[in-house]
Amino acid sequence: MITTTPTGNTAELTEQERAQAARLEAVWSEPGGFWGWFKAVHHTTIGKRYVVTAFAFFLLAGLLAGVMRLQLAFPEAHILTNDKYNQFFTMHGSTMMFLFAVPMMFEALSVYLVPLMVGTRSIAFPRLNAYSYYLYVFGGLMFYVAFLCNTGADRGWFSYVPLAGPDYGPGKRPDFWAQLITFTEVSAIAVAVEVIVTVFRLRAPGMSLNRIPIFVWGQVTVAFMVLFALPGVVLSSTMLLLDRTCNTQFFNPVVGGDVLLYQHLFWWFGHPEVYLIFIPGTAVISTIVTTFSRRHVFGYLVLVLSLVATGFMAFGLWVHHMFATGIPQIAESYFTAASMMIAIPTGAQIFCWIATIATGKVVLKTPMWWAIGFFFVFIMGGMTGIFVASVPVDLQVHDTYFVVAHFHYVLIGGAVFPLFGAFAYWFPKVTGRMMSETLGQITFWLFFVGFNITFFPMHLVGIRGMPRRVYTYPANMGWTTLNQIESLGYVLLFVAVCVLLVNVFRSMRTGAPAGANPWKAGTLEWGATSPPPPYNFLHLPTVNGREALWDAAPNQPVVGGLDEDARSFLTTRTLDAEPATRDEFPGPTIWPFLAAVATTIAFVGSIFTPWGITLGSIPVAITLIGWFWPERQAAERRRAREIWQSE
Amino acid sequence: MAERVDRPVLDVSGLPTVAFGIHSITWWGVLGMMAVEGTVFLLMIASYFYLHSRVSEWPPHRNPPDLFWGSLNLGLFLISTIPSEWYRRRARKGDLRAVQIGLVIVSLFGIANVVVRYFELRHLNTDWSIDAYGSAVWTLIGLHVLHLLTDLVDTIVLTVLFFTTLVEGKRFQDAEENAAYWYFVVAFWIPIYLVIYWAPRWLHA
Amino acid sequence: MMIGTVPGFPGNQTSLNPVGPAAQHIESEFALIFWITASVYCIVLLALVLYVVRRKHSLGEMPEPLPTDLSSDRRAQRVVGGAMIVTVVLLFTIMVGSFVTGHALGSMNRESAYTIDVYGHQWWWEVHYPNDEPDKTVVTANELHVPVGVPLRIHGTSRDVIHSFWAPNVHGKRDLMPGYDTDIVMQVDQPGRFRGQCAEYCGEQHAHMSFYMVAESKQQFNQWLEDQAKSSFEPVSQQTVRGQQVFLSHACVMCHTIRGTAAGSRVGPDLTHLASRQTIAAGVLPNTTGSLAKWILNAQSIKPGCRMPPNQMSGNELRDLVAYLETLK
Repeated sequence: MITTTPTGNTAELTEQERAQAARLEAVWSEPGGFWGWFKAVHHTTIGKRYVVTAFAFFLLAGLLAGVMRLQLAFPEAHILTNDKYNQFFTMHGSTMMFLFAVPMMFEALSVYLVPLMVGTRSIAFPRLNAYSYYLYVFGGLMFYVAFLCNTGADRGWFSYVPLAGPDYGPGKRPDFWAQLITFTEVSAIAVAVEVIVTVFRLRAPGMSLNRIPIFVWGQVTVAFMVLFALPGVVLSSTMLLLDRTCNTQFFNPVVGGDVLLYQHLFWWFGHPEVYLIFIPGTAVISTIVTTFSRRHVFGYLVLVLSLVATGFMAFGLWVHHMFATGIPQIAESYFTAASMMIAIPTGAQIFCWIATIATGKVVLKTPMWWAIGFFFVFIMGGMTGIFVASVPVDLQVHDTYFVVAHFHYVLIGGAVFPLFGAFAYWFPKVTGRMMSETLGQITFWLFFVGFNITFFPMHLVGIRGMPRRVYTYPANMGWTTLNQIESLGYVLLFVAVCVLLVNVFRSMRTGAPAGANPWKAGTLEWGATSPPPPYNFLHLPTVNGREALWDAAPNQPVVGGLDEDARSFLTTRTLDAEPATRDEFPGPTIWPFLAAVATTIAFVGSIFTPWGITLGSIPVAITLIGWFWPERQAAERRRAREIWQSE
Repeated sequence: MAERVDRPVLDVSGLPTVAFGIHSITWWGVLGMMAVEGTVFLLMIASYFYLHSRVSEWPPHRNPPDLFWGSLNLGLFLISTIPSEWYRRRARKGDLRAVQIGLVIVSLFGIANVVVRYFELRHLNTDWSIDAYGSAVWTLIGLHVLHLLTDLVDTIVLTVLFFTTLVEGKRFQDAEENAAYWYFVVAFWIPIYLVIYWAPRWLHA
Repeated sequence: MMIGTVPGFPGNQTSLNPVGPAAQHIESEFALIFWITASVYCIVLLALVLYVVRRKHSLGEMPEPLPTDLSSDRRAQRVVGGAMIVTVVLLFTIMVGSFVTGHALGSMNRESAYTIDVYGHQWWWEVHYPNDEPDKTVVTANELHVPVGVPLRIHGTSRDVIHSFWAPNVHGKRDLMPGYDTDIVMQVDQPGRFRGQCAEYCGEQHAHMSFYMVAESKQQFNQWLEDQAKSSFEPVSQQTVRGQQVFLSHACVMCHTIRGTAAGSRVGPDLTHLASRQTIAAGVLPNTTGSLAKWILNAQSIKPGCRMPPNQMSGNELRDLVAYLETLK
């Protein structure tokens, strides 16, 4: 079988191709200089920023966890005051969920990889993409500045009312939490729309629905979920802010308000949220298992249907977070059943992956170790999920360390393990260099062992009665030893992440050159150079099978006929990816950054005064108009070359 | 070194550059926004009825909002779809004059809607801070106000653009999508209007 | 039956040491899920490890991708299909077990249940034993006495934020929420002191909001109830008389009731029979002279953020006050 090696190395290009590359480079290169940084719109640039920023938040949240573990290592310790601890655990959870998990697993990975994997030059709506990044960063900055000023959120990452409401949450702490939601939700929704459009309309010719890589299926499923799930938290956080700043009474039972309304709206979002984090993890695992078992993944259709089924079913489970509130028995039965049934599509995926491994040739490099680790850790979390799905059992383990163990197993197993595998796998593509295998294995084993030492005992201490979100505990409860073991485990996790960072920095400078396709993988991103040029592909590809590079014909066509003096791109039909129209991406511009600044001022201002939104909307409107106002030269050029679709 | 194979070229230079409906990527963007905002509206309506289920008197101790202004706005919204649909179809044919006229008319309707909306707010017969009912009514209509205002600004900017020399095929796509988004604003007014003005009258308690 | 339990733990705040039918039912379901999921986990991971070892490619470089082998894929389809069927069957088993357990919990006798009202506060538990005769109503805090072998109906709500009433040896938890009245039926079949703790994050001192459920024979319980219904003991010695005066002339009366005196505020725990309780400050401190004194002088140093302010008084006043409080059996 001929593997069609892409024309990556310029030494191999013909005279004609070199000229073409130069023209594309001239049109697509990102602007330099200080202000150039703020004008960048290319998806690989923004994607890298998302990765770095999200990882920075992961490290911050991890450090917070370290101090929490120190406090909990000794009964009635005074390392953190109760107030500080409550801020720490809230910041830890909120950072991990809103500033790391979704931005990394969904936004970072899809922004960088999806356009490359579907074979186009850019993500759809590149300026919106830049705007979404700036909003994300500004939201995170606001959240941490508040924390550093001792006004950090301290009501838990879901910030229940009435504790977070105007009567019991004095000051501005819950307001900063609620606005963090606003920033990150707008960011996620924007990227979701971009991903859906990219996947539906910008695929390479020949990439029909049944040839879309599983990774892309996963991310587009998540994108749809984002559109329908985020509105729940949009409303709950808006109602919280309104109750706190404008005297509305949504959650005041004395005048008809209801505390459970908050929980329903929050968990309508909150349950799908964990799948927004986990599904990209499965998308990564599918990819890694495929490449490192050296065969087309077993059960493509089952895997795709499982992803979509999980996406739908995730919306029907939310009340399982509220089992302790005394809901009617019929509701209990339904939500128990649904919460258990969602294990079925997940189980299907696991069996398909094992079948792929069982019938393939397994190559045990770092990415595959992380995938194997995923199986050990995530499946354990899935098992404890069955415990909490059962109402009677949940009534004992809810809000204890048992459930803390459960969600760390599923989230770290289901997202962080795949993510570290993804780092090792795609680092060569992003940087052009390989990471060190040796350091990669050390990282893996330290992390795997450290993780289990830290989190497994939590199952036990939870069943032994230790509730969650407690800043300390009495010495005579029999919880001390287990807590100390957990705290020691953290040290291994810390060292593991340090080794990972060393690996990253060293490899970036002196790692072995990777070439375009060091893993001999099958998806399209491996057909571009490492790192890809700002135009992604010299020749836009066409596709002949599910693993585009493995299944390419010897004379697989490339796309030609797009204008080379503008950021031209091709759109294709949704179902069969037949060529449909030509269009033009906008170039670098400062407007998304300015609009993000204006939006930030409006959002942050509204924490302090109701005029924040009303007056703040004016600069937002101005920057948005500047953003969309057409450029004369470009408009005239396009008008001269227009071809209208025939009606 | 890899085997170099000459590959055939799939020539796309004859494909249209101006296309409407599902062939325009911004159309999909607008649909995505409708999905999100529609979900927000639906959840807010659900919240309204949830709060209703928790009390026995609805609205509590006061009259429901006066029918006149809301119904007037409903009428205006529905009528505005006529010029909207007209200019949307003419936009697909690239008829500059028609789109200019249509956008001006729809902008005027939008302004009228905003003025009437002001009077609606004055006649809701409740404040948002009295109780959960007041909060729900104001927030539900407030969400719609937000959409109405942003769509009006959008429409006015597009109208101005259509009187400059910057008009090209893309702008006709924008015009169609602008009409579609206006339909969304109008269409969601129907259930919201029914909930705010009629639900308390039909449910009695 | 071995399968009906998991390795236990003899604690007094654990679901693995059930002392009543509710916790016992739950422990059975827990055990069912435990044995099934542990077996599935071991089998699946073992299969994974075996396949990885068997199919491992030992050369250094990435081999060429394999062509799809239809017959081997068909075999794999049958195995995967079989695994899916087993998965569904096991899930159903666990689900049915869950419904059976839920039904058992729901059908615990409500009519003849003995009602106790619990009100959650930041960060203590107000407990009422209602009675048709007002002078037999009992109000106490943080310690519930219950008769063994009698169904109990804990009826609760919160006076501020959401709390959760949880005594794991007895039953699962139930959230106490403002605007909602809730009922949970439970029963204790063994005498003993069982610890409970608030299980819904409720603010600054959520970690220090515990209670004790003291299960005793019906006779002992009725005696306790009778004693609790009585008014407070009148101070007899000079010191305790002075102590009562200290109580009545300081900020104490702003928040605490001692029935039989003029102090009738309901903001904080009822102290009428304070000395009959084994702990103070919602299970945080033992009810000893030293603890009482420390708590009264500066509760903030023990439970920072709690609603009790520090109290200024001389050493003598404090000694007298504590002596008086210790007579309130």
